[in-house]
Amino acid sequence: MDAQIKFYQTGTFTVGNRLLAEDQRTVQADMHRTNSLNSGHRACQGCGEALGARYAIDAAMRATNNQLIAVNATGCLEVFSTPYPETSWQIPWIHSLFGNAAAVASGVAAAQRALGHSHVRVIAQGGDGGTTDIGFGCLSGMFERNDDVLYICYDNEAYMNTGVQRSSATPPLARTATTPAVGPYPGNVFGTGKNVPRIAMAHGIPYVATASVSNLRDLERKVTHAMSIHGARYIHIFVPCPLGWGSASADTIKIARLAVETGLFPLFEAHHGEVTAHTQIRHQIPVTEYLKLQKRYAHLFGSPPDLERIALIQQMADHNIEKFDLLH
Amino acid sequence: MLKQTEGSHAVAEAVALCRPQVICAYPITPQTHIVEGLGEMVKAGELADCEFINVESEFAAMSVAIGSSAAGVRTYTATSSQGLLFMAEAVYNAAGLGLPIVMTIGNRAIGAPINIWNDHSDSMSMRDAGWIQLFAETNQEALDLHIQAFRLAEELSCPVMVCMDGFILTHAYERVDIPTQEQVDAFLPGYQPRQLLDPADPASFGALVGPEAFTEVRYLQHHKQLRAIGLIPQLAAAFSKEFGRNSGGLLRTYRTEDAETIVVALGSVNGTVQDVVDEMRERGVRIGSVSICSFRPFPLAALRAALEHAKRVVVLEKCLAVGLGGIVSDGVRKSLSGIALHGYTVIAGLGGRAITRTSLTRLFEDAGRDELEQVTFLDLNADVVSFELERESKTRRTGPTAEAILRRIGPVAASIG
Repeated sequence: MDAQIKFYQTGTFTVGNRLLAEDQRTVQADMHRTNSLNSGHRACQGCGEALGARYAIDAAMRATNNQLIAVNATGCLEVFSTPYPETSWQIPWIHSLFGNAAAVASGVAAAQRALGHSHVRVIAQGGDGGTTDIGFGCLSGMFERNDDVLYICYDNEAYMNTGVQRSSATPPLARTATTPAVGPYPGNVFGTGKNVPRIAMAHGIPYVATASVSNLRDLERKVTHAMSIHGARYIHIFVPCPLGWGSASADTIKIARLAVETGLFPLFEAHHGEVTAHTQIRHQIPVTEYLKLQKRYAHLFGSPPDLERIALIQQMADHNIEKFDLLH
Repeated sequence: MLKQTEGSHAVAEAVALCRPQVICAYPITPQTHIVEGLGEMVKAGELADCEFINVESEFAAMSVAIGSSAAGVRTYTATSSQGLLFMAEAVYNAAGLGLPIVMTIGNRAIGAPINIWNDHSDSMSMRDAGWIQLFAETNQEALDLHIQAFRLAEELSCPVMVCMDGFILTHAYERVDIPTQEQVDAFLPGYQPRQLLDPADPASFGALVGPEAFTEVRYLQHHKQLRAIGLIPQLAAAFSKEFGRNSGGLLRTYRTEDAETIVVALGSVNGTVQDVVDEMRERGVRIGSVSICSFRPFPLAALRAALEHAKRVVVLEKCLAVGLGGIVSDGVRKSLSGIALHGYTVIAGLGGRAITRTSLTRLFEDAGRDELEQVTFLDLNADVVSFELERESKTRRTGPTAEAILRRIGPVAASIG
């Protein structure tokens, strides 16, 4: 089937693989998928990170013909996947420290070069704390050297493993254990935070993308594309955390989709520092639809609701829509 | 081949002869010349199949080393002082994972106050990290210890630090005998990892370990070092056989047979100590010395055998356990459990202060009369200290201490000599 399939179904959560030729179906639809992050791990119900990691690593495994080594930062993904003596990982996997996943991956990649194993590829992965905060120095070094590593950040917008503390990826106004919803300015403050996909782009690395567990086909495609490129690559995946965000486990995908469709989490790709593609928002949704599903924003919806600051979040979404031209 | 060369360059040549496959480098004085030398060899193509990686910090240097070692290749790095502290978390991690990384420490003081000169505070701060620590007395020994270190590390799956005094050894030009590639290849077989990140045989490394197994994992780390107590002398003997000279081992004694006073020290200061021992022996003083090469594992039994017949032991330390005194002294005391003799801790050479024969002679004579304090600071300028203490007792806002002392002492040139 040569023609590009377009999906016009809206309001459904799945697009049937059965409509596609076998080679166009998702990795997860393949009975030979590797189950790299196998069942039985200890992630919470509705964990966005577990879902994102499963799709990302299986896609990378298929793209590399199963010649993959993964390095993991300390965090939820590490803890819930490897409660000794059990491990969910069906691939060679190493966890060293919280802040050094990118550098350890650089070392693994260097070893493959030294061994002449050009077919063995390397992924580093961590949460937003391990990526945008404590691991940021090593990440920037890996980018700057253009080491042959795909770094995947699973962004759930706070330190969830230690009990929901603020990270530099925590959005303004969100309640965390260290930005409590008390006082005259409850929640995380405005004017702070770090946009690591754009910082990654500033390094001029071959490929940067954002992805979401609401758009899993898109996520698989981006990981697959990333593995077709050599050099430093970065994918930032939006992964809701029911526990930390105070949302229903069943709403993980819905919330992730709303983050995209409000404009708060734009999906885009960049090559060598330039944005080359984005995912269009077909119907822009007001941010309140996204915010009100999460208890971390409950302080905005008291009586009366904090319309002034909800408007500030709407401005962030509008700014993204304008910047990335998301409506087109 | 005999060569007149800088200590750092001699080490770079030794490391190159060990055929490392990944070298990570971050500059810090005084180890910089070592990685510069290796970088040049890699760039020039003299060191084949080796990746040289310029990283952005020491923490990254050790982290890259963890990755490459876990992926099954021979890995080397070097650092000093603040650099070792900056990588501390990864230093412990490398040992916990059992990765046979070899790292040179160009020993240097730790700030504040910032100081680039030699003492042993840096590697001593990592004494419990699970690394083997070997201290070199000379440039030749520094060179030789690296060749032994890779074999030791790989036989035990345990990382090894080779510690050499910053500037005193790293920057000193001396004659060294650089072995041939054939000799090194005969002594050091190719790296056969015990554990490996391998797509053909997937395994998880670095899993969470709870109370049910943590003690056993730690004990086995300790057990490795206990095995090293036996292995280090064996390797030194094998090295001696292959290369025709003595280097390494747990410790070396010098004129201790009938000694009443024995001085214990680590590293290059042993040369000066031995000169003073010779001079005092000529005057009929029964004095000897022990140079500890293996600080971790600490050679309790060998040290006990060397010291047990003495009347007193003077531990000369280039480091300070603030609030306690000596660090090496603790181990020495443990080795002498149940034996009654006088033990003295002497803190000397901090931040590069010269340890002179004159000062050591006076010190050892005082020790011989048992007129030393338990903890003595060699050549401490008591006037400066009491002036500062008095100033602090009179004024609340005294400003920073180090700067006040420097102002009182005056320009460096006026105080050297």
